[in-house]
Amino acid sequence: MDFASAQVIGAGLAAIGVGAAATGVGNVFGSFLQGALRNPAAADGQQGRLFIGFAAAELLGLIAFAVAMIILYAR
Amino acid sequence: MAATESTIDPMHQFQIDSLAGPLGSPFAFTNSALWMMIVLGAILVFMLGGMKRELVPGRWQVAVEGVTGFISSMIDTNIGPEGRRYLPWVFTVFIFVLFANLMGMMPFGVIPGVHPFTVTSHFTVTGVLAVISFSIVLIVGFWKHGFHFFSLFIPHGTPKPLLPLIFLIELLSFLVRPFSLALRLFVAMIAGHILVKVFGSFVVSGLNSEGLLGPGVALLSFVFIAGVSALELLVCTIQAYVFALLTSLYINDAVNLH
Repeated sequence: MDFASAQVIGAGLAAIGVGAAATGVGNVFGSFLQGALRNPAAADGQQGRLFIGFAAAELLGLIAFAVAMIILYAR
Repeated sequence: MAATESTIDPMHQFQIDSLAGPLGSPFAFTNSALWMMIVLGAILVFMLGGMKRELVPGRWQVAVEGVTGFISSMIDTNIGPEGRRYLPWVFTVFIFVLFANLMGMMPFGVIPGVHPFTVTSHFTVTGVLAVISFSIVLIVGFWKHGFHFFSLFIPHGTPKPLLPLIFLIELLSFLVRPFSLALRLFVAMIAGHILVKVFGSFVVSGLNSEGLLGPGVALLSFVFIAGVSALELLVCTIQAYVFALLTSLYINDAVNLH
């Protein structure tokens, strides 16, 4: 396998992590909505925690994206 | 076809060009510096327009008070009454990141020769912001608590045999904070802009190709760009909010320990 095709395949494999992070972000917001609908009065106080969870889940997807870009544009 | 594809480079929009002075010297005035100044000008106009202190606030003043009230309530809930001292930095970082993100999304490209530059799409800029936040945490922590600050790394009720391991893990997660803070913002900006640019190149090459399939793909890509741009505006504000939120949480760690 030559370098260019290995590069593209590697970048594609690294991009799987972005999809996994999408599951994570969806899980964060979905769980928040589930809890918020059961106790709407407490929902507003937890919005900070919601975004902390979102930030943590999103960061890993962004790292996967950065790794894919580094692989794709490596010389 | 190959010729049109090679001319559209999605990474080109992040390139730093020198507008005055040689590129690479510390005195070069780059497009990044120019856009930072434009962002600062926009913030100045926005803030000064709403700081007339009218008794009955107009629309503009309500907008400005909404932003300042949002940040000050975030500080109050996350840090407590002592947090007022750190309000200037958190507000500065929030409004600078917010305006820089949004200015990068504005369609200035319709004017020929003008190209918007997203200041926060560079690790140097976001890195400096994150390092300042992290230094505030370190300085405040050691100033207020001295070496007792290290108790931050040991959660309450940790079993004795686990202490060294927990300490190491907590220390590592503490030290990686400025890195993750900066990386999140800059990668989120880069990813969105590349996505829009790549689908923009689909529109161009779709319109240039022969047959019916090309224009169809171009139309679909164009609709997709509109949706992604709306999503990107949301991401811009969320990233600014997350940066300010995490900064205030880290400062809370330093002020109140656990």
